Amino acid sequence: MIHIARWKVILILLVCAFGFAYSAPNMMSEQTRVKIESVLPSWMPHKTINLGLDLQGGSHLLLEVDYHVVVRERIEGLEQAVRSDLREDKILPRVSKLTDGLRLSLRNAEEAETVRKALRQQGMELDIDTEDDGKVIVARFGEAELKSIKDQTIEQSIEIVRRRVDETGTREPVIQRQGDDRIIVQIPGLDDPQRIKDLLGRTAQLSFHLVNSDMGSNLREGGGSKTLPVSDSPGQTLSIARRAILTGDMIKQAQPTFSQQSGQPVVSFALDSIGAKRFCQVTRENTGQPFAIVLKDGPRNEEIISAPRINEAICGGQAIISGDFTIEEVTDLALLIRAGALPAPLKVLEERTVGPSLGADSVAAGKIASLVGLLFVLVFMAFTYSLFGVFANIALIVNVALIFAVLSGIQATLTLPGIAGIVLTIGMAVDANVLIFERIREEMRNGRSAMAAVDAGYSRAMSTIIDSNLTTLIAAIILFSFGTGPIKGFAVTLGVGIVTSFFSAIMVTRLMVASWLLKRKPSELPV
Amino acid sequence: MSFSGIKLIPAETSLDFIGKRFLAFAFSVLMIVGSIGLVVTKGVNFGIDFTGGTVMEIAVPEAPDLSVLRSDLNKLGLGAISIQEFGEPTDLMVRLPQQGDDPEAQKVAIESVRSMLDEKFGAEAVDYRRVEYVGPQVGEELKKQGFFAVLFSLLGILAYVWVRFEWQFGVAAIAALAHDTIAVIGFFALTRMEFNLSTVAAILMVAGYSINDTVVVFDRIRENLRKFKKMPIFELFNVSVNETLSRTIMTSFTTLLALIALWVFGGEVIKGFVLALIFGIVIGTYSSIYVASPVLMFMNIRRNTVVDEDEEKEVVVNGA
Repeated sequence: MIHIARWKVILILLVCAFGFAYSAPNMMSEQTRVKIESVLPSWMPHKTINLGLDLQGGSHLLLEVDYHVVVRERIEGLEQAVRSDLREDKILPRVSKLTDGLRLSLRNAEEAETVRKALRQQGMELDIDTEDDGKVIVARFGEAELKSIKDQTIEQSIEIVRRRVDETGTREPVIQRQGDDRIIVQIPGLDDPQRIKDLLGRTAQLSFHLVNSDMGSNLREGGGSKTLPVSDSPGQTLSIARRAILTGDMIKQAQPTFSQQSGQPVVSFALDSIGAKRFCQVTRENTGQPFAIVLKDGPRNEEIISAPRINEAICGGQAIISGDFTIEEVTDLALLIRAGALPAPLKVLEERTVGPSLGADSVAAGKIASLVGLLFVLVFMAFTYSLFGVFANIALIVNVALIFAVLSGIQATLTLPGIAGIVLTIGMAVDANVLIFERIREEMRNGRSAMAAVDAGYSRAMSTIIDSNLTTLIAAIILFSFGTGPIKGFAVTLGVGIVTSFFSAIMVTRLMVASWLLKRKPSELPV
Repeated sequence: MSFSGIKLIPAETSLDFIGKRFLAFAFSVLMIVGSIGLVVTKGVNFGIDFTGGTVMEIAVPEAPDLSVLRSDLNKLGLGAISIQEFGEPTDLMVRLPQQGDDPEAQKVAIESVRSMLDEKFGAEAVDYRRVEYVGPQVGEELKKQGFFAVLFSLLGILAYVWVRFEWQFGVAAIAALAHDTIAVIGFFALTRMEFNLSTVAAILMVAGYSINDTVVVFDRIRENLRKFKKMPIFELFNVSVNETLSRTIMTSFTTLLALIALWVFGGEVIKGFVLALIFGIVIGTYSSIYVASPVLMFMNIRRNTVVDEDEEKEVVVNGA
């Protein structure tokens, strides 16, 4: 125990140096750090610990993608396609929709084969069954088809969520898929989480429709009309053609700007070639008529945001949407149009938002608590074990540095429970030294010499130290694998703390105790 | 020159811990039965992590009349809204119950509470320090996750003790562990403190700490079983507990020192979490002395139960 190999000594000192160097950036203020960084070479440690959302403020959202909506849309598409195919064969089945497919009732069993063929031609994986002596055919989406719908829907949703969040200029958002149909969105340092939630919650689909000014003419060709509320005049509704003359996917570009005539905020947009051509044709044919710009956000939430009159044929592929908008509204509207429509509505399952003021308070409180806790333990250890206590204290400080160094190095996220984990580790880290010192005291009482007592103290306490550390480590690991968010942060600091405290309490104190013993060769021990 | 440190616990104690086992047993049984009784009859005060719902922590410029505010909020027709001070008179905690299954309804409810608070204190004056919403679905999942986390870590620790010690030690360690876990849950039922995700973390932490303490005592018992072949078991247990006593107290004390600092200065958000840890560490220390060892003795552990690899021959000779 007393003689430690030279390479071990060097290694121990190197690890300590690493600990202080890598934790150092965390101890400085932002300005000093930047100043020092500009002087030091880039390989020097400069990373700091990431603060969790509960410490820097921000929003954590758990969203669920309602892919059933997409399945329903696919079923509708399938129905229409099959109907029109069968119409050519003069087969007109009665069709009812199921949650995952279609049920077609035929006049007689002879039609069945044609229907099956028509279904198979749609390029979807369908499980087709026959009921009622072949007069009823049930087609359901297969397992793989449903899975691909799910996957496609969620991936598309993530892409659009990412675009919408990015457009707000938030820095370093985290957007990830979780499980089958969920998305985690973490947005640090946000002033108004409500705005993000509103943006994410909207399926915002823009479409242009003719207004039914004289009932009849448009109705026949358009396949029905619908009545929608007008957003800027409450209570007023307009009847518009169900069929859209333009849809959101024909819009190439949209941005907020100001109207040259009124100076009001408006959204200007550009159409792709198909859209431009169609818009040109429709506006020419319907000059003088009003048309409606409809925003559909949410499954049941459709409204007319503007119903301007077509003054002339618009053929350049460029136009503006005006209405009674604020600047923020046109910014968001342009963003929504640009980012595209969400394939399915998103449902907020969980939200945790911490304002910047609480985050800052928590950081300050955590700092004070850690320092006071550390101070308590330092003083107490020095009083109880005198010089050996001081050795243990130096090791404890090394330990704290190592924890910060490792957390910065692996870029772990520090949360408020994580700070609690560090404080707890400070309290528990001395355990190994307590075990050793108590053992040394005992061995001295049993009449051993100083050297022999230290030797026995270390070797006998070791298996106990390993046992007790491993059991706590098991708890930390399980906590990490089951916990979420802040709790994970607690598990991380606790786990890292156990490992570093093992090193510091065993190696670092031992190095100090050994060199002191060799130098002084005492007959009594200050423990 | 001698500059020995101060000894918190006198060097050689010979307190009769094991002799007090029936008293301790009575106390533990009372606590466990009381805890289970409380949990069954009154239940624990589950937080929104498990029940779903919304909490808002807000800071307002001046301390409001809470009873007026409470009755006004409850006129909104959103179910029972609770409001209470959170640390300081100007910090308030508002809790909204789950608004059915629809997240939209929850959003509307949050909005209407916000607009009411804005109206009362002035829109810019209210600082929304924290808003947390947990849907019913997620609440159920978190409940399940928390349950499995506790279950699996207890099993993991049991497995470790089983491998490392003889099975009797494993049983005794689990008895102490179950004792502490139930006591902490009972503590939450008694104090009506909010039982949330971090409580689960605290329980696991206490389990880890308690087993840590127990293992140190068990290590010593095993060592002494090998060392003192002639000492009666009763005395041997007492000696072992006494020998490890100063360490047990020292470590618990330093840990408590750190936790008390955290409790006093760490802020309102983690107060409950830290209090659970403090209580758990006190109970964990008690159980490693008064529960684990007596149960181990009750398991009828004998010298030849503990087989030492190095001294295997000797043990066999002794046995013969």
